[in-house]
Amino acid sequence: MNTLIIEHDIQEVVQHAIEKHGKTPDALIPILSEVNHVLGYIPAEAMREVKKQVHNSAEGLFVAESQLYGIASFYDMLSTQPRGRHVIKFCENAPCHVVGGKAIWDTLRENLGLENGETTPDNKWTLVTTSCIGLCSVGPVLLVDDDMYGNVTTDQIPEILGRYE
Amino acid sequence: MPFYRSHVLVCVDPECLAKGAHDVVDAFQDELVAQGLLDEIQVLETSRIGGCSNGPEMMVYPEGVHYVGMTADDVPFLVEEHFLKGRIVEKFREVAKVVVDEELGPLRPKEVRVVLRNCGEIDPMNIEDYLAVDGYQALGKVIGEMTPEQVIDEVTKSGLRGRGGAGFPAGRKWGLTRQVPGDIKYMVCNADEGDPGAFMNRRVLEGDPHSVIEGMIIGAYAVGASYGYIYCRAEYPLAVETLNVAIAQAREFGFLGNNILGTDFNFDLEVRVGAGAFVCGEETALMASIMGQRGEPRPRPPFPSVKGVWGKPSNNNNVETYANVPQIILKGANWYASMGTERSKGTKTFAVGGNVAKPGLIEVPMGITLREIIFDVAGGIKDGRQYKAVQTGGPMGGCLTAEHLDLPLDYEALAEAGSMMGSGGLVVMDETSCMVDIARFFMDFTQAESCGKCTPCRVGTRRILELLQKICDGKGERGDIEKLEDLCHEVAKNSLCGLGQGAPNPVLSTLKHFRHEYEAHVYEKRCPAKVCRPLIRFEIEQSCTGCMVCARNCPVEAISGERRQIHHIDVNKCIRCGICVQVCNFNAVSVSS
Repeated sequence: MNTLIIEHDIQEVVQHAIEKHGKTPDALIPILSEVNHVLGYIPAEAMREVKKQVHNSAEGLFVAESQLYGIASFYDMLSTQPRGRHVIKFCENAPCHVVGGKAIWDTLRENLGLENGETTPDNKWTLVTTSCIGLCSVGPVLLVDDDMYGNVTTDQIPEILGRYE
Repeated sequence: MPFYRSHVLVCVDPECLAKGAHDVVDAFQDELVAQGLLDEIQVLETSRIGGCSNGPEMMVYPEGVHYVGMTADDVPFLVEEHFLKGRIVEKFREVAKVVVDEELGPLRPKEVRVVLRNCGEIDPMNIEDYLAVDGYQALGKVIGEMTPEQVIDEVTKSGLRGRGGAGFPAGRKWGLTRQVPGDIKYMVCNADEGDPGAFMNRRVLEGDPHSVIEGMIIGAYAVGASYGYIYCRAEYPLAVETLNVAIAQAREFGFLGNNILGTDFNFDLEVRVGAGAFVCGEETALMASIMGQRGEPRPRPPFPSVKGVWGKPSNNNNVETYANVPQIILKGANWYASMGTERSKGTKTFAVGGNVAKPGLIEVPMGITLREIIFDVAGGIKDGRQYKAVQTGGPMGGCLTAEHLDLPLDYEALAEAGSMMGSGGLVVMDETSCMVDIARFFMDFTQAESCGKCTPCRVGTRRILELLQKICDGKGERGDIEKLEDLCHEVAKNSLCGLGQGAPNPVLSTLKHFRHEYEAHVYEKRCPAKVCRPLIRFEIEQSCTGCMVCARNCPVEAISGERRQIHHIDVNKCIRCGICVQVCNFNAVSVSS
């Protein structure tokens, strides 16, 4: 089992997310986003827990696990697979591509020994591409967790990676 | 409230962050504690002090000293010198201060700013800044002096059309939503700006959120809505934060909530954050996502005006459309309609990118020509190259050529030329762009973003992409171009929503205007722009000095030759990465096709 999960009690994480966003059908995406944010992904157990806590047939509120999986697998920012402690999101869109994005991408892959979507064996890093984050005038752009880095050069990569434990 | 003698503003833009701005802020806080200055000096994080090229950057007020290029280790020295001894540290001082906002600089020639007028001018986190520039006066005018019908009339008369790209008249949409019976109606703002390279809405949300909120409240009054959602994409965390602050402040000032401005008009608003799905920019998919479902579109009718969020009548406009409304109310429909063409009024924001000299965000009056936008506003083509084409309307738009340069900016004119207005991405291409490769690039995007609900889009975009890839790989066969054309028409005709219907546009428009490039790829196995790797060859010419730089940089050791002798590329080993062309100081590596 992933070490992250041991640190967090899934039931508690889900409960906290539900308290914050409410027990309504339209809260499902915010709830799952929150679980994803805390745990790094949405384990099957968390989906079971969301269903258990939100589903209430007496009040006409029907939630199925399949529906939760449907949401989790549809949106790019939600993951059903475990991810590393830090997720690097690299913008692969045209505006970043034309200002040297490819070289940054190659350096990242080389430094981490990862391909798109992979996680390092020590669970530290996951490398993924992202949709355009609209910082096109300072491309190439990458995100480490929630930190945005712009006008990135290849020689900055080791230093940027070095900032994360 | 504490009174600080100095304020230190540290830039935390992405580029300064990359250079350690957070470390500098932390070091500053530590040093202020150590020196007992915490009550006297305030450190704030801000954005866009300068160009960030020599970051981290900071401004010290009230002196107005601009420091750049320090590290966390320099902070104790800086604090001691500047704040204890009162001496400006020349070493870090930026003397020639040139404020460069890479996205939105000073007004360019031929620009007219309506939507962007406050961006970079006011503090978006402070409602009083907005109030100082006539903010919420339009709302006051509407509630105090106008009936909902008059508001709709005014917006209709202004000629404002949907800025999300489709161009449906905003006033008419409001009128339709008003007419539908129902006691609960919703206002929806589409802030799911997903086109790659388009960031106009992000800048408005981050720089002037109240203009959007005010536009929505006015719209709610007009259509009779009591609640609203702003659906903002999760890729814009700063926009979400700014909106939430702005909504809370608007509530505090009585512009949102019950009894707005002392009347019996009630309206409140919340931000809904997406989770990463391009198709959620489609209005029915967006509403499904608001309701907590997979963001899949559904057939229309019924249109959202009749059946939208929670099955209730809902009015959906995009960020830019709403942001125009307060100005239209304040300055009048005639003022707005005085700009533009017969059918398209007002202004439009664009994010200009690609091979232009001055990329960035612009706002121009409708009716301006593409030539004026590219050559006068955006500074022409970069590096003295030749203009080739411009892609308007994002990944579902089309390519326009030199013959369209004098086309006036107008919804219908662009559509007649085989493209569309779209949300406002403009990618300008010079002669070094291969149009087949560009079509493949856009198709790669739409194929990945197809939600999979309807077969023509799910399977069709994949097959179109495969055909384009085959042609770019030099494996195109007789009949492929015709097959591609047929497939594009089928996908456009049979797809459920705008994504699938528009996906073939880049292919169809490049086929229309650059068919000879497709034919060169298929029949002559040649890429005229020398872009598609399997179709190009690298050769070293007589001007080679034998400096060996190319040989050292070649990743596959395909280059051989003695020092001071002309080098040679082994075409069988060469992977056509182009590194030798980049590193050669003598322009001795030629590319041919």
